[in-house]
Amino acid sequence: MLDLDKLTPEQYRARYEALQAQARARAAAATPVANFADIATKDIIQQDTIPPGWYVCLRLHKGTALRVTNDSGTPGAAMFMWNADETSERYNAGDTAKLQWTTNFTTGRVLFSDMGRVLASVNADTGAGHDTIIGPNSPAQTAGRNGRDNLRSAAAKFGLSRRDVAPAISLFSPVAVDDAGCMRWRGNPPAGAAVELRAEMNLLVALSNTPAALSPVQEATGPVSYIAWRAPAVQADDLCRNFTEEAARGFINTDGFFAA
Amino acid sequence: MTIISDTIVPARAPYSALLKAGRIMRIIDLKSQQAVDALFYNAQDTTERYSAQDTLAAQAANGGRYDLTTGSVLLSNEGRAMLKIIADTCGFHDTCAGACSCESNTVRFGHETRFMHSCRENFIAELGKYGMTKRDLVSNVNFFMNVPIRPNGELTVDDGVSEPGGYVELQAEMDVLVFISNCPQVNNPCNGFTPTPIQITIRDA
Repeated sequence: MLDLDKLTPEQYRARYEALQAQARARAAAATPVANFADIATKDIIQQDTIPPGWYVCLRLHKGTALRVTNDSGTPGAAMFMWNADETSERYNAGDTAKLQWTTNFTTGRVLFSDMGRVLASVNADTGAGHDTIIGPNSPAQTAGRNGRDNLRSAAAKFGLSRRDVAPAISLFSPVAVDDAGCMRWRGNPPAGAAVELRAEMNLLVALSNTPAALSPVQEATGPVSYIAWRAPAVQADDLCRNFTEEAARGFINTDGFFAA
Repeated sequence: MTIISDTIVPARAPYSALLKAGRIMRIIDLKSQQAVDALFYNAQDTTERYSAQDTLAAQAANGGRYDLTTGSVLLSNEGRAMLKIIADTCGFHDTCAGACSCESNTVRFGHETRFMHSCRENFIAELGKYGMTKRDLVSNVNFFMNVPIRPNGELTVDDGVSEPGGYVELQAEMDVLVFISNCPQVNNPCNGFTPTPIQITIRDA
């Protein structure tokens, strides 16, 4: 067996480049088509509309799907989540990007915790773009209600504090790096943009109708609505469990948490 | 110029220090291509700590890049200046990719890497000396680490470009607890696949 602490630099590089080539092939392949299932009324657990500037605290059981719809095309919605069974485990922005070799999160991708486990899958997405590099806005961008304060308030209502809030994700936030290495806002998301996340662990979720930090418009311009619903049981050929080798390994870790 | 401390941090090892307001920390990449993971906390109240997203949002508002170099101001989760980068021979330092961990290594490099040393092991051990825990770990700065984000959205770890003896200097804007993990990672090119020692000096301005 290979002693991984004692390979030569050339051997380590070959391992890395093989993984990188695999990730690049995956990224170059067609993005899976958004597939929003019809939701039967009996499967709806909770639904509501979040007015501009407000937030909600949600407790999602493993297997629950959360469909978030940007009814008005408002420039961003801040989100953060914790493992409800162990809140020191939480969304990790750096790992979510690094482990999937991308800053583009859309259908087929997953959100990682700091423990190498999949917290949630991106089940379906209209492709508006979601940003976890710059993320939600804060009092530095607006004197009004903002993502940082709302996520912190939501944390407080779960019994948590600012210690428990780390870099977050801003849904409906189309950004890209330009050739000079600057993150740029690519224009507001369309009204009706939607994304559906499936809880892969029991989650505490903070969802805030507040703009992305990079948005030129710093007041939310309209409502964001959500539906939490009982998603169908996950099948072995599930898109998100199989879309990348990294996610498949993340699900091994997630499954291990629940096997105990 | 009074030298307060001068420390060689062995390959793969952690380090921590109090950097008082006004003092300057120089981190020297002695052998080149060595990633140096760093976290920063307000020494008076450690629940105020470095915020990568606040830092990058402020930088982007001024037309700046997604990485850090001379002139970058490291902001806290209260949007306050913690440190300024006042000198840099490298040109860019990552703050998007976070620190490596045993758990994330399993996802990225396979479960066979789960018992290899990692930065978050260093951080957890060092934070513990100050009464902090994993709960206090947030996205960090990776000095000398080359993490390009490309216009197509790809984020990778590429070969480092720092030269032997290259350094970065940080001046504290408040009393800051500094935590360093001299990165042990060999599964990507951030350390040239060979972790090496670094030197850290603290001096009066």
